[in-house]
Amino acid sequence: MRFEGTQDYVATDDLKVAVNAAVLLRRPLLVKGEPGTGKTVLAQEIAKALNAPLIEWNVKSTTKAHQGLYEYDAVARLRDGQLGDPRVHEISNYIRKGKLWEAFSSPKLPVLLIDEIDKADIEFPNDLLQELDRMAFHVYETGETIAAQERPVVVITSNNEKELPDAFLRRCFFHYIKFPDRETMQAIVDVHFPGIQKILVSKAMDIFYDIREVPGLKKKPSTSELLDWLKLLLNEDMPLDVLQNSDPTKAIPPLHGALLKNEQDIMMFERLAFMTRRQQR
Amino acid sequence: MLLNFLDALRAAGIPASIKEHLLLLEALDRDVIERRPEEFYYLARAIYVKDEGLIDRFDQVFARVFKGVLGQEGVEAEIPEEWLRLVAEKFLTPEEMEKIKSLGDWDKIMETLKQRLEEQQGRHQGGNKWIGTGGTSPFGHGGYNPEGVRIGGESRHKRAIKVWEKREFQNLDNSRELGTRNIKVALRRLRRFAREGAADELDLDETIRGTARQGWLDIRMRPERHNAVKLLLFLDVGGSMDPYIKLCEELFSAATGEFKNMEFFYFHNCLYESVWKNNARRFAERTPTWDILHKYGHDYKVIFVGDAAMSPYEITHPGGAVEYMNPESGAVWMQRVTHTYPAAVWLNPTQRGHWDYSQSTKIMRQLMNDRMYPLTIEGIDDAMRELTRKR
Repeated sequence: MRFEGTQDYVATDDLKVAVNAAVLLRRPLLVKGEPGTGKTVLAQEIAKALNAPLIEWNVKSTTKAHQGLYEYDAVARLRDGQLGDPRVHEISNYIRKGKLWEAFSSPKLPVLLIDEIDKADIEFPNDLLQELDRMAFHVYETGETIAAQERPVVVITSNNEKELPDAFLRRCFFHYIKFPDRETMQAIVDVHFPGIQKILVSKAMDIFYDIREVPGLKKKPSTSELLDWLKLLLNEDMPLDVLQNSDPTKAIPPLHGALLKNEQDIMMFERLAFMTRRQQR
Repeated sequence: MLLNFLDALRAAGIPASIKEHLLLLEALDRDVIERRPEEFYYLARAIYVKDEGLIDRFDQVFARVFKGVLGQEGVEAEIPEEWLRLVAEKFLTPEEMEKIKSLGDWDKIMETLKQRLEEQQGRHQGGNKWIGTGGTSPFGHGGYNPEGVRIGGESRHKRAIKVWEKREFQNLDNSRELGTRNIKVALRRLRRFAREGAADELDLDETIRGTARQGWLDIRMRPERHNAVKLLLFLDVGGSMDPYIKLCEELFSAATGEFKNMEFFYFHNCLYESVWKNNARRFAERTPTWDILHKYGHDYKVIFVGDAAMSPYEITHPGGAVEYMNPESGAVWMQRVTHTYPAAVWLNPTQRGHWDYSQSTKIMRQLMNDRMYPLTIEGIDDAMRELTRKR
């Protein structure tokens, strides 16, 4: 079974190789890249392509590694014990399964997405080393060992907010989703807006890549922003000549809120637009 | 072949291990890829490179090792980056720098440099000794000191270092991070976990233990843990600090991640009546030093980062500053700061052995009551110990 991208997802050659290698050898695939280049979507699409259920584990700064395995709810048991509930004698009643447990015990081979692993504590990836290596873990409270029948496909995304430890990296395949070039971007847009006017896309992409070129932007617009913007333009039924308008007094693209997400960026863009206007005079 | 590749990768500083190598063999064995050079390249990249900062380096090694094997045409002789940089500094005339600047773009600059080098190599074969000395001197150029460069023309040098600084940022991502990590370890010493205030957090473990022992619900609380360290960071920029900018940025980027209460300011050479926060607008947006002294309490800890290499007059005399007229001397301002903030240290990126040869460094060290430390892990360790010392 080979991953070749899907109807809704354009995969570059290097991405395909990395995904296929990870799926075949059942090693975790670590995906990095600018925000909005489709890291999370990739896992969903792999699941779709393999026809496998997707188990998503969204990591937050407070997430601990053991929460992915299981949690023992001691307080509930304590309360039940005080109330004399018979459930208290069975400890497994108070063990809540985590996402990894879910993935390991899934009847059908699942795709496990560990999203934004860099959000968590520095020790988080280290705490998962053994579990991801052996795809098994031990439950101390009940003394049982949970092992995966078949190693699940694991996709891990990172936004580079924290360094990941070497030992963790050694166990993964790595892919960096680089920002798509114009051709790939065209393909991506085609996939998302099949019937869109070619000329509109080309104009919009001119503007889009121009904005990305502006030095010093806090947050450069990325693929997802371009798609949102195109959607807005289509929704608003924006006439083509608004985009084509090279009238310097309207240097800011229409509906720019979809592309620029930071008031400082908008201010800077306005200032730059003002300066080009002055130059033209 | 593949083992050679592994060796070459390690030699190039890509942390590949036997584990990755075995994984690659396994992947090849299981026919993960179609047998095409591009697929092999992608596979090897996904296995060996775990950091986008290293991809560029990987590409070079890959091209070198598999040159000819995978039908790739000869790659241009790679000229080391530092080599080019130093050669550029040494051999480019001001007019050429001007021309390069007008080219604007790094790639073009590199191209120009390469062309020039090739020209020079031609001359060498022709028996001209000049390039021979030129070629080796950059390597033996260990004693790269700020003074020497400044004589060569400050403005040219400054302009140049900015371009390269940018390049280093992209290229040395990785080695830089390593440094940052080390520094983080040392900076963590500065965190002193103070347990203050009323009980306000449920201590679950203690509660369970207590309850089990007592037989009834026994709720235990504990004081909330919080980071009590507040930090003021003063960074010297420009002039003789240019060669150390990278080190400073490392320290700086590590520090922002580590503290909740951290303020940073820039100064040039010595602290005077105002500092600034935004280097691009250093002349427009300045913060008076008095405001800082009044705004931030005595419990802030102060770290200066600077090489303290300047003319002694810049410290001792009013009006000594290089950039403008300062009504009060730098020494007065340093005394005010150290007086307001008892916990203060100076981190100096130059080697400790060189300090005694610079009069200004000696003066500054005196002003800091000898609390000057080199910008190394050990030095930072000592500095943090000094900062957290109970007074």
